[in-house]
Amino acid sequence: MFELIAQHPIIAALVALISLAALFGAILGFAAVKFKVEGDPIVDQIDNLLPQTQCGQCGYPGCRPYAQAIAGGDAINKCPPGGQSTINALADLLAVPAPTLDEEHGVESEVKKVAFIREDECIGCTKCIQACPMDAILGAAKQMHTVIADECTGCDLCVEPCPVDCIDMIPVETGVKEWKWELPPLKPGIIATDRHPQDQHTGKAA
Amino acid sequence: MTSLIRIRDIPGGIHPPEHKDQSLRLPLGSVPLPPQLVVPVSQHIGEPATPVVSVGERVLTGQLIAAANGVFSANIHAPSSGTVIAVEDRMLTHPSGMSDTCIVIETDGKDEWIPLQPCEDYHALDKAALQEKIRLAGVAGLGGAGFPTAVKLNPRSTEVIDTLIINGAECEPYITADDMLMQTRADEIIAGTLMISHLLHEPKDLIIGLEDNKPKALAALQKAAEGTRVQVVEFPTKYPSGGAKQIIQILTGREIPTDHHSAYIGVICLNVGTVAAAWRAVRYGEPLISRITTVVGETLEIQRNVEVRIGTPIDFVLAQHGFDAKKASRLIMGGPMMGFTLPSPSVPVIKTTNCILAPTLKELPPPAPAQACIRCGLCADACPASLLPQQLFWYAQAEDMEKLQAHNLFDCIECGACSYVCPSNIPLVQYYRAAKGSIRQHEQEKEKSDRSRRRFEFRQQRIAKEEAEKEAKRLARKQAAEEAKQKLAEKAAAAAPAPQAEVVAEAVAKARAVQQTPEEQQAKLERILAAARNSLEHAQQPLVPNEEGAVITQEQLEKQQARIKQAELKVSEAEKKLADFMATQNNSTAAPADTPAPANDPVAAAIARAQAKLSMSPEEKLRSTLESLQTRLAKAQEKANAAKAEGSPTADALQQGVEKLQQKIADTEAELAQLAPAASEANAPSAEQHAAEAAIEKAKAKAAALATMSEEEKRAEQLKSVETRLQKARERLAKAEADNDPNIEAFRNGVVKLEEKHRELQDA
Repeated sequence: MFELIAQHPIIAALVALISLAALFGAILGFAAVKFKVEGDPIVDQIDNLLPQTQCGQCGYPGCRPYAQAIAGGDAINKCPPGGQSTINALADLLAVPAPTLDEEHGVESEVKKVAFIREDECIGCTKCIQACPMDAILGAAKQMHTVIADECTGCDLCVEPCPVDCIDMIPVETGVKEWKWELPPLKPGIIATDRHPQDQHTGKAA
Repeated sequence: MTSLIRIRDIPGGIHPPEHKDQSLRLPLGSVPLPPQLVVPVSQHIGEPATPVVSVGERVLTGQLIAAANGVFSANIHAPSSGTVIAVEDRMLTHPSGMSDTCIVIETDGKDEWIPLQPCEDYHALDKAALQEKIRLAGVAGLGGAGFPTAVKLNPRSTEVIDTLIINGAECEPYITADDMLMQTRADEIIAGTLMISHLLHEPKDLIIGLEDNKPKALAALQKAAEGTRVQVVEFPTKYPSGGAKQIIQILTGREIPTDHHSAYIGVICLNVGTVAAAWRAVRYGEPLISRITTVVGETLEIQRNVEVRIGTPIDFVLAQHGFDAKKASRLIMGGPMMGFTLPSPSVPVIKTTNCILAPTLKELPPPAPAQACIRCGLCADACPASLLPQQLFWYAQAEDMEKLQAHNLFDCIECGACSYVCPSNIPLVQYYRAAKGSIRQHEQEKEKSDRSRRRFEFRQQRIAKEEAEKEAKRLARKQAAEEAKQKLAEKAAAAAPAPQAEVVAEAVAKARAVQQTPEEQQAKLERILAAARNSLEHAQQPLVPNEEGAVITQEQLEKQQARIKQAELKVSEAEKKLADFMATQNNSTAAPADTPAPANDPVAAAIARAQAKLSMSPEEKLRSTLESLQTRLAKAQEKANAAKAEGSPTADALQQGVEKLQQKIADTEAELAQLAPAASEANAPSAEQHAAEAAIEKAKAKAAALATMSEEEKRAEQLKSVETRLQKARERLAKAEADNDPNIEAFRNGVVKLEEKHRELQDA
């Protein structure tokens, strides 16, 4: 045996490589079974990126069904509440080019909105309560209803069923807490004389 | 007092022009009461306070006007006496220029104080009461962040505080408020330090740290600290040594890990102004209603430090100092490095206003236009937090949140050293602030969307559950209706069930229940035998003398022998029983005609009888006849031979008998020979046998199937069979009724029984 190997180095090399391959194969196989990580299913990852307004503007009854549809190959640009940033994030996740928002499903709103019920006009029909996907409307039959603003996602699904049109979508009030510094203008004028003199007074004390 | 503290250096840092002289030339001044005080309810980090006064109410100096909203908040007090004229949204002293609730007080000039509760000796108070006093006074960090002090003084029980650092570094250019405070109120600072040390269970080191550009303050503090264990330490001037993280690193060499407070590494760091305010709150019961502020800038005639009431409009303060609005480029609250441009001169002084900077255009020119980053790396050299500012800049531009967090954006203290050294004049800090804001906003949105998802999923579940319940109710109603219908039909069918037939059926059922299969009986007998043998063995065991009586008595021996005998008897009895049973079993299969049927086993007996009948083929009968004939023939021949030899007169008659017997044997043999061709037929099962065997086979298959079937399947199977039986029984009953059969009652009874069984199975 040894002589055979000594005389034919090609056999020695083959034996060595095959045994190494078998060994590593076995180790990898063992590791694949033993250290198996239950991967985050793609639907969950997509669902995590969607804004969870459950508004149905994409044509599906909620964000998760749309996530399932995307996982099944549907377009990623059907979510107006998420807007371009959601589309970009989805494109990033799915490694596809980011399209622009499909206007057919609605337009991206700049300001966040919440539903507001004009309470003295409410007749207590409970239709908006049944329509709300968030359980964010409180009330009972023939009693006044009101919106829990913190839980409202601004999906406006309650506006349509209201028989007396007493629901408004009003912009969310933003206070000092929500305020954040703006990024400086992205394309600074490189040549000083290109800039408007007013701009020179706007920067911060730095 | 000589310092025992080793001074360390911080990475990076810069040396901008200090501009501290101009505000220190005049002694600490004061600002008269303005006609109106505008007090925002949110001057600190955390929840805004809730106003507790109403419009038109007269308030006294130091009266609570807005109460802390939770732990992470601070009380707000009236800075002077007067009347509340409005509780409304006013522009805040905040870079956003936004408006929020402010309490507006029209001062009456009397400055009438509420009764205060001074405390001569804080040692007399327990620590919770002491802390409560500081909390009620609304003390918040006066260094600039506005962190509620009471929260800081209540570290978690797991955090052992070994160092208390009082921050008097005041590293930012222009600002001298803390310097002035240390010069004028050194004793208050030392007393406050000792009080807080008491509150924190006496940490090992009490250090007041300040930069070496404040010799007067150092001297005053050292004088006041004489005889106490407070160490006053000075260290080289370098911006931003006054940052909490930086001064901790300079004085202790420890660094605060990301996402932790200083208490995590056993250090509490407070500003000198905060300590003095806390002391006044405890000693004199004074709430925080005023502070020392540096009013500085070349647009002012007078540059100095002033003690100013919180809520005083900044334009009022500036007017007292000869402010020339024409010369001013902008107004800044805080220093030139970390301060922000005021949205309007009319905003009020708040708890964190340490400096009002009113520079001329020449003094603080607007930043030059930003140019492209040339990757020079000066910012990385200047960064006191050892971050990579230019990398952060790229990622902030690209809004790459993950990369920003991976590069520890949140460790940035926004000191502005990177922007200061940047040769391209890039407003780096503004990028970081914007990026931090975006990340926080993103996290909040994420949290909200997660909550929305949970709510939505919960709603879906609830709706599904409701649907399921409805469906179940519907099914239950349907079933109930069916049952009612069935019962009605039953009543009609079983109008008069015969009691006699029922008794008979019951008896049959009983007999069935009692009866056992031969296998079971055998097993039982074997068990009995095994048990008997066991007890015999047990009895035969040699006697073991017990502990007390070492000798085995005669009585014991006799007893044992009796036991052995009894056991032996039992064994033999059991053996006999088993043998008998086996014999009967064998007989019942081999020669069944002889076996008497066991009385308690009518079914088995019947089966045995049937089997016997079946096994009695004509061939066998003939053979046995033939055998007996042959023996008779042999005997007759013998007798005939004997008679012949003796010459008896009966010899002829005997010979005739032999011949007759021979004839008979021949006949029988002929008959047997005739039967032989039909042997195969005889071996083949007759119709009767076939049916019986088929039934047995069926039963066996059923039993096997039952064993393998699950409980539900079994039930279903049973149900099915019962149903078919019921149908058959009904048919038979109908036929009997048509024929007017005498057994009609029995049939009816059977149907009722089956129906009952059927219902039982359905219910199960």
